[in-house]
Parts: sequence; C-alpha cells; structure tokens
Amino acid sequence: MTAEFAIETHGMTRMFGDVAAVDHLDLAIPQGSIYGFLGPNGCGKSTSIRMLTGLLRPTSGDIRVLGESLPGAEEKLRRRIGYMTQKFSLYENLTVQENLEFVAQIYGLRRKEARQRIDELLSLYDLLGREKQMAGSMSGGERQRLALAAATVHRPELLFLDEPTSAVDPQNRREFWERLFDLCAVGTTILVSTHYMDEAERCHHLAILERGTKRADGSPQALMDAMGARVIEVTGNDLRTLKQQLISESAVMSVAQIGSRLRILIRSDVINPQEWLESRVSGRSLAEVRPSLEDVFVTCTGDRHVA
Amino acid sequence: MWRRMLAIVIKELRQLSRDRMTFGMIVMIPLVQLMLFGYAINTDARHLPAGLVDLSGSSYSSPLIQAIKATQVVDFTTRYASLPEAEAAITRGEVKVVLYLPPDLGERLIRHPGFSGGQYMAEPVGQWLVDGSDTVLAAAIRSLRQMPLDEVAGRAVKTSVPSFEVVQYFNPEQRSVVNIIPGLLGVILTMTMVMFTSAAIVREREQGNMEFLITTPVKPLELMLGKILPYVLVGFIQVLIILTMGHLIFALPIRGGLDSIALASMLFICASLTLGLVISTIAKTQLQAMQMTVFVLLPSILLSGFMFPYEAMPIAAQWIAEALPATHFMRMSRAIILRDAEVMSLGADAIWLLGFTCLGLLVASLRFSKHLD
Repeated sequence: MTAEFAIETHGMTRMFGDVAAVDHLDLAIPQGSIYGFLGPNGCGKSTSIRMLTGLLRPTSGDIRVLGESLPGAEEKLRRRIGYMTQKFSLYENLTVQENLEFVAQIYGLRRKEARQRIDELLSLYDLLGREKQMAGSMSGGERQRLALAAATVHRPELLFLDEPTSAVDPQNRREFWERLFDLCAVGTTILVSTHYMDEAERCHHLAILERGTKRADGSPQALMDAMGARVIEVTGNDLRTLKQQLISESAVMSVAQIGSRLRILIRSDVINPQEWLESRVSGRSLAEVRPSLEDVFVTCTGDRHVA
Repeated sequence: MWRRMLAIVIKELRQLSRDRMTFGMIVMIPLVQLMLFGYAINTDARHLPAGLVDLSGSSYSSPLIQAIKATQVVDFTTRYASLPEAEAAITRGEVKVVLYLPPDLGERLIRHPGFSGGQYMAEPVGQWLVDGSDTVLAAAIRSLRQMPLDEVAGRAVKTSVPSFEVVQYFNPEQRSVVNIIPGLLGVILTMTMVMFTSAAIVREREQGNMEFLITTPVKPLELMLGKILPYVLVGFIQVLIILTMGHLIFALPIRGGLDSIALASMLFICASLTLGLVISTIAKTQLQAMQMTVFVLLPSILLSGFMFPYEAMPIAAQWIAEALPATHFMRMSRAIILRDAEVMSLGADAIWLLGFTCLGLLVASLRFSKHLD
C-alpha cells in the first residue's frame, strides 16, 4: 500500500443484519483529487463514507485512510479529515460566528489563530455580514457554505462530503463546486457522494455504486468511452408507442424520452446498431450520439433510479 | 482537554440563553411548586366537613355539638335524617365523616362517667362513621374518641397530668411546611436536573449534530463534563430561589451554614445531572428520555422520605430508597437546614453522592460511543 492513495480499501464490507449495505468494495483514491461516489439512494454511499471516516466499523475488509488503518486509528485521523454530513449538523440556534467558534475550539485552535481562520473562512465562503445570523434561519445554499467552512476550519487533508448539494439550487451548486476545486488546488483530497449527473461529471474520478457494489470506476470521460452500449436518438411522432415496442427487444438496454426525441441504448454486441434500429422505427429519423454520463449510469445500473 | 470542554460549556450556555422555554422552566418550576406544595401539603387535618345524624331530640345534643366544633377537627356541614342516608352519603363521597347521636343520648350521657362523674354501666354516647380508607383522616377522628365531656355538663375541664411530656425539637409549632421545603428542594432538583441532562445527548442525536460532533477530536468525558457544568449553575439558581422564597413566605428557619447547604446541594446536583446523562446515553429519543426521567422521579418523591418517613418503610423499600440520590440529599438538607448539622457528620451520605456522580460519569462516558454502530 503506498501513500499516493489517500484512501485504499480491499474487500470493504458492511452488513446490516443479512443485508450487505457495502459489499466487497475496493477503492484506490489518489491524493489531491476529487473522487465521486455516484449512485441511487441506498446504494451504500453514506455507509461507505461513514466507514472511511471511522464512524462505522466494517464487517470485514481492509481500510487505509491517509496511511492509517481503520478501525484503530480513528482518533488519530480526526484532525486530518473533515466531514460534511448529509443532514445539516451544526447548531441552528447558534449564529454563524458562534458555530465556527465552537468548531475551532473543538479542533483545539488557539484564540488568535481561531479568529484569523474564521475571518478567512467567512470571506472565502461569502458569509461576511452574516456572522450574527442564526444558522437555522439561513437558506440552503448559505447553510452548505457554512457547513463546508466548519468542515474545513482545521484545514483537513481529506474531506468527505455526503450529498453536499442536495438542498441547493443549480447556481449555488456551481459556486460550491468552484470552492471544492479551490480546496483541491491546495492539495486537499475530496470524496463526494452524489446522485446528480452534472455533479458527478465534475469529479476527477468516479465510482458508480449500486446495492453496495462498484459497477464501474474511472474518470468520467473514460467511463463514457468504455461504455458497453451505443446511443442512438430517434425523432418523429408517436414516440410513446415506439418506446413500448422497443423496450421489449433484448438488444435494447434502455429507452428514455427526452423532449421530442427517444434516447435508445443498444448493446454493443449488435454489430451495426443504426441499421438494426432503422428496420424497427418505420421511417422516423435517427442519429448516433455521444454517450453521456447518464447513459453510463444506466448501462451500469440497469435503468433504475435515474436522477 | 479544557479548551474542548470549555467550548461545549460555552455552546450549551449560549443555546440555553436562547431557549426561552427552558429558561422559564428553570425559574417557574421551583416557584410554582414551592407555592403549590408549601400551601397544599398539610398533614394535620382540621375543619373536616362532617355530616350529622341527630336522632336524640335531647337538649344535650346542642352543647355536645358545640363542644365538638370547639376542637376544630370537624365542621358540620350537612344533616341527615337517618343512618342509612348518612352511610349512602359517605359512599357517594359527599362527606367523609358522620356523627351519629342515638335516640337515647340523654340517658347515655347521664350514665357516662365523663359527664356525671359517677360509675355506672357506661356506654359511648355517640358514634363516628368514618371513611377509613384515608388513614390521616381516620387518625384525626380517632383523636376525638376520648374527648372530655365536662364542658357539655357545664363544668370546667379537668386538667389531667400526662404520663409523658413531649418536647418537639426543631419544629415546635409542628408546621408541615418546615419539613416539606427542604424535601421539596430534593424533589425539584431531581425533576429539573435529570430532565435537562437526560435530553442533552439524545437531542444532539435527534437533531443530527452528533454525526458531526463524533468526527471531531472531542472525547466522551469532555463532552459529558461540558454538558453538566452549565446545569450546575442552573441547579444553584433553583436552590437559591427555593430557600429564599421558603424563608420569606413560609418563614422556613435556615439554621445550618450556607456553605454546608451549598456543598450538599452541589453533591446532589452533580449526582442528578450524571443520572440524567446516563439516561441520555440509553434513550433513543427525547420522548424515551422523558419517560425514564418520570421513572426515576416517582420513587424519588414517594420513597425518598419526602412524603412518608423513611424509618416507617419496609426494609426492601429502604434499600431501593438508599439507591436514589434524592434520599441521601433529603436526609442531608433536612439535617443542615433544620438541625444545623455539619456536612462532616453526614459523611456517609456525602460520600455516597460523590461516588454516584463519579460512577455515573464513568458509565455515561463509557456508554457514549464515537461510533454509529
């Protein structure tokens, strides 16, 4: 095991009763990158993050985080990792300033050091002028920024974000990601879980999870290139009937309507998919298109829970 | 370690200062309960409403009734025409006591040695029908059994020499409130202290703060101490309210030194707070924490010696009582406040409370896991 990986796991498994929430997961997350967990709800994203932060003990498997093995080194790792929970976990009846002061003290920052760091975070996360506002009265986007500020008070080397933007509008989500790239640029490794395709596409590397197992991993581009299906879009009328008809074909992996088009995923073992499809669409026009991350997701997980 | 504990103390105080409801309870619970119990709890029964069945038609009945009224034990409120009617009234709960004067009252009085001074085949002159299910009430009426009849006969009451003299230390006027307020101190503190901390950990878990908190370097003992300390202050505020009001309104004598009272209160406050913390690490929801608090509160009221004398309880109940911090504090607070006892002479109770606190802190810290499984 080398230190170039911030996180390395072999056969990481967590059982809840008879159900494997995470099933023999192998991960190798390079330092200084943004790594995404993409998957539907209940696929094991949160459970994996909780094991990697030392909150849950694995049923079996090896975990190494920042060169330390888990379970065992939880307390040692606390100062080196930051964790932003899925649910807002700061105190709603404390102000922005008070919340950050509390976190700074808990991480053992000295008074002067804490004051400097908090001022820095307030301006970095655009919270200046909000110091005296109660955390509970802030909007979703502001809360996320505060939570990120709190998770990074102690400048962690490794940051875990569990569905950080599920309550944030697209504009705020873009800005949030800009901040993540800023953190990444100074060497922070970031592990983020999401079920948004656009968010997943921003990650350097990605693991697609379903039912506790990893279905695919790699960079978003590599995943799209290596997808085991071709994508063809059909334009025309009466698409609903056509969809019903195509979906029963075994060569068709998925059919989704997008506005006035049908996006069809055809297994790569069909030698000439365009020709194969032409005979079945009765004169409607068709064209092969570039696969998207959503197509990758659908081929990996079998057309379920598309966000 | 101190920095992290202080961080939690400051956080708790800030949250407490914003929680108007809790803040109100800190002040209102002792005030309201002190007024309520101070006035309401009274173990010497007086002026009990009573019924009267007078079948005598005798001229003696009216002086007899006057003499009974003069004892202040009963007030006759209702007359019933017959015994069955009076019995029905007792069953209905209309009155708890009925005096029956038989048709031959006059003859019975004349033959009675207390009335005439002579020695005949004497019989009681009347009969009290009492709802005996209430023992305090029944005891009050029993005290009328030997009521002298000299006044009815128009003579001065013969003063008899008692077999024993009774000297009543510490509460010569026999006011119940004197014994109740030091006990109430224990009951109110048990209620508020256990209640506040029993919700402490559960609330953070329910509101989702815990998942973040346990990924920080905070240690269980720091968290536990940080959660307790602000409430020690709250406990002292309550002690101050109860004793000041008790002294001003109910003329509670405070004979012991304030330092002894403070020390005993400190020990009990800490013991109650850690008990609450242990509950908080067991309960899954705030509702469960509240139910467990009530489970502790009831025996603390009924077995601690607050309501009934500890000495009169069966041995098994005394063992249970000994396990409750409230019992030890009740003993200490009464001893110090009413009898000016030194804390040192109450060493056993003090050590027990101290041990309870340490054990509670240990159990709560060990039970509190920084894991989610």
